[in-house]
Amino acid sequence: MSATPRPGDPVITPALVAEHGLTTDEYDRLVAMLGRTPTFTELGVVSALWSEHCSYKNSSLDGARTRYLFAGVVKGIGDYGNCMGVPTVGGEIVFDPAYETNPLVNAMCVGLMREEELITAKAEGIGNPIIAVGARTGRDGIHGASFASEDLSHESDAKRPRVQVGDPFTEKLLLEASLELIRSGHIVAIQDMGAAGLTSSSAEMAARGDVGVTIDVTKMPLRESGMTPYEILLSESQERMLVVARKGHEAEVKQILAKWDLAAEVIGEVIAEPVYRVTEGDRVVAEFPGSRLVTDCPVYHPAAAESPEAIARRTRDVHAIAPRAEEADPVWTLTRLLGAPTIASKRWAYRQYDSTVRASTMEGPGGDAAVVRLPGTDKAIALSTDCNGRYVYLDPRVGGRIAVAEAARNVACAGARPKAITNCLNFGNPKRPEVFFQFREAVAGMGEACRALETPVTGGNVSLYNESPNGAVYPTPTIGMVGLVESLAHATPSAFQRPGDAIVLLGENTNELGGSEYLLTVHGVVAGAPPACDPARERALIDALLDAIHAGAVRSAHDCADGGLAVALAECCIADREHMLGASVDLAAWGALAPRALLFGEAQGRIIVSTADPARVLAAVAARGVPARRIGTVGAEGDPLAFTLGDGRHAASLAVLAAAYHDTIPSIMSAGALPAAAPEQA
Amino acid sequence: MKIGVITFPGSNCDEDTVVAVERVGATAVRLWHKAHDLEGSEIVILPGGFSYGDYLRAGAIARFSPIMQEVVAHAKAGRPVIGICNGFQIACEAGLLPGALLRNASLKFVSDTVRLRVENVDTMFTNRYAKGQVVRIPIAHGDGRYHADADVVARLEGEGQVVFRYVNAAGQQAPDANPNGAINDIAGIVSAEGHVLGLMPHPERALDASLGSADGLPFFESLLARVAA
Repeated sequence: MSATPRPGDPVITPALVAEHGLTTDEYDRLVAMLGRTPTFTELGVVSALWSEHCSYKNSSLDGARTRYLFAGVVKGIGDYGNCMGVPTVGGEIVFDPAYETNPLVNAMCVGLMREEELITAKAEGIGNPIIAVGARTGRDGIHGASFASEDLSHESDAKRPRVQVGDPFTEKLLLEASLELIRSGHIVAIQDMGAAGLTSSSAEMAARGDVGVTIDVTKMPLRESGMTPYEILLSESQERMLVVARKGHEAEVKQILAKWDLAAEVIGEVIAEPVYRVTEGDRVVAEFPGSRLVTDCPVYHPAAAESPEAIARRTRDVHAIAPRAEEADPVWTLTRLLGAPTIASKRWAYRQYDSTVRASTMEGPGGDAAVVRLPGTDKAIALSTDCNGRYVYLDPRVGGRIAVAEAARNVACAGARPKAITNCLNFGNPKRPEVFFQFREAVAGMGEACRALETPVTGGNVSLYNESPNGAVYPTPTIGMVGLVESLAHATPSAFQRPGDAIVLLGENTNELGGSEYLLTVHGVVAGAPPACDPARERALIDALLDAIHAGAVRSAHDCADGGLAVALAECCIADREHMLGASVDLAAWGALAPRALLFGEAQGRIIVSTADPARVLAAVAARGVPARRIGTVGAEGDPLAFTLGDGRHAASLAVLAAAYHDTIPSIMSAGALPAAAPEQA
Repeated sequence: MKIGVITFPGSNCDEDTVVAVERVGATAVRLWHKAHDLEGSEIVILPGGFSYGDYLRAGAIARFSPIMQEVVAHAKAGRPVIGICNGFQIACEAGLLPGALLRNASLKFVSDTVRLRVENVDTMFTNRYAKGQVVRIPIAHGDGRYHADADVVARLEGEGQVVFRYVNAAGQQAPDANPNGAINDIAGIVSAEGHVLGLMPHPERALDASLGSADGLPFFESLLARVAA
């Protein structure tokens, strides 16, 4: 058999090939694979499968638009997640002009399973039926994957209808039905019809199983009439799964789907012949040899070169930037940073997310990491998502390391040992040498940190071409880290808990100031080398902290990140507005450092611990060779956050700090726009 | 004692509710919305979630589920029914309780742990609480703003049918302690005959201090105490 054009198919021309996003080289490769000219349907299939994939894109704006987008994204996440009954337990929100025209939305979903219930997406068993289940297929989202792999230009506005519409209610039913199917033993494989829909799910399942498949598009449950094979194959209608059932168990599969009021139709079968074949009734409309459709996609090795602008920014001497007059009072600077949207409390957003459904959430949003109990055990998992794209922009290798290290510190602060990561690599157009340089270096940096921390990368996804007429987003390799709390007694909060506890700083302060939120918020500057990150030292720090936690000596632990030591200390005091405790710290030992670097620099590898037994913490930490020092004492309710520097004592009212931290985003969202960073200085 | 927990399409607190029922030593009976049999359940719980996606109006479609005929008959016979969150909305739509749950005043979904004052402990659902006790219970809803006509509200207040009310840390009613704009800060009510209870907060999520609160435990213990009495 060989595929033949359908009546009415457009003629394959160079223009049509270009419209499908294939280069001349890629088209030649396809012709060589088939040994003939592709049909229109085949061209669509290859365009989708050979594209990189999937992101959210947006266009032109102002402050009000950012507010609108933020509110809309939060509502969208809430509407879907809340209805699904999956608690939204944590996350990260960053505001930066670099994302203004192209906001990134990354989601991580973590499930719990029994090993013996593992089912894969590998087609097997010659003669087994292939069944489409879930929602019916419509015309929405056709070529979404290819679209997501284009640069955003003004012209691409015309292609917007490619975005799909989700229905969380149907997805909830499909989730329950899928779990029931898997437990029933009637199926051998299942895969979500995600990007590039039926095309990629069926081709990938066949490739994994090293078998052939044949699909008849006329059997697909459709929502609209008159859909062509091209449209059916490439539709990205949501809430659909592709299932390989055991032969003879079709009726049982349909019965389970019917219980949940969902459609299920046999649309094809697993075949011995090593082909990927699509028919429309008796007519073959697409046929590719073996599994080469998936495995033979072109691999590129683009040129890589760092952008001169990034080099210039990184090598700028940021210590030469004169402090503003107001900075004579470090409390002014601290208050300003706590009110910076990236640092300020995100409660306005996460209060719209159901974080407690399934009754297992020990630590919800707002802490270093979320902690979710594993029912029936004394264990819990800790979850954190992190990436500072500004660091990655300034130095992708270091920024990649930091993204992993910060996520690991966060789960360790919650009392968990880091176990594994997933990631979403959000970058610009990789055909541009400066973008491919960022991509290559960031991935290398992440790899260095993951090896030191022994956290395997279990999966992930890639979102490229995040560009707009204003340029690319910051390179943003978002890390999702999972850790294990080995005993519930180890679960540790981030805020101070008890007056009189000692405050111990693990790690070392430095004179680093580059890439900081301080420079951006106070001076409008994105410059300087991001703080150094030594993965081996991060590993030792985490081991030391966990030793101290396992010894029962740690009452709270909080990572130093955006805004540096002073912001981290303030967060320990004010994170829980109903139970704020003051603190008194003495930092005079670091009198040799620039005060703003000491307070607001973002040196890596630092954790603030509160403890009733500082000697025990210091001993545990010293055994791992990690520097640590007692820097102060937790105060009472009503006490200020007081810190002593070389020039004397400064005290900040917690009410003032808390107002900046807790009220900024609610007041912006109820009134004006997000404040811009200070204008860039010459 | 057998306590039935109904799963509607889109229910998502049914499992949590089953766990809570079993936690206090009762037997949980999982009931499917297409069935016509309560399987001997002495108490029926309509759990939280988004039945039928909350399409049309929260609870408006679920009330037409086949099993709701049995639930209404069960209630009409004077036997206990509890509606939690979406279940409260369904109970109102089905006419088992007066009033309605409107869109939150903020127009936003709200997820938080709130304080409730237990206003009436002479019910089969609250007898393990102390009168005026302030408890912390999670909420998670978009349509939780209880509303009823003035005469209905007056009757609820006069007859002690307001069982739970939103309050602040001091146990006082306050505008910022009311998460959804409910009239008179009402979080939960009981029917005039005292056997149908509806509440927006989720006591099944408050069984364990390590998860933030164990204040929901007495709610489920009260159900058993009634039978023991």
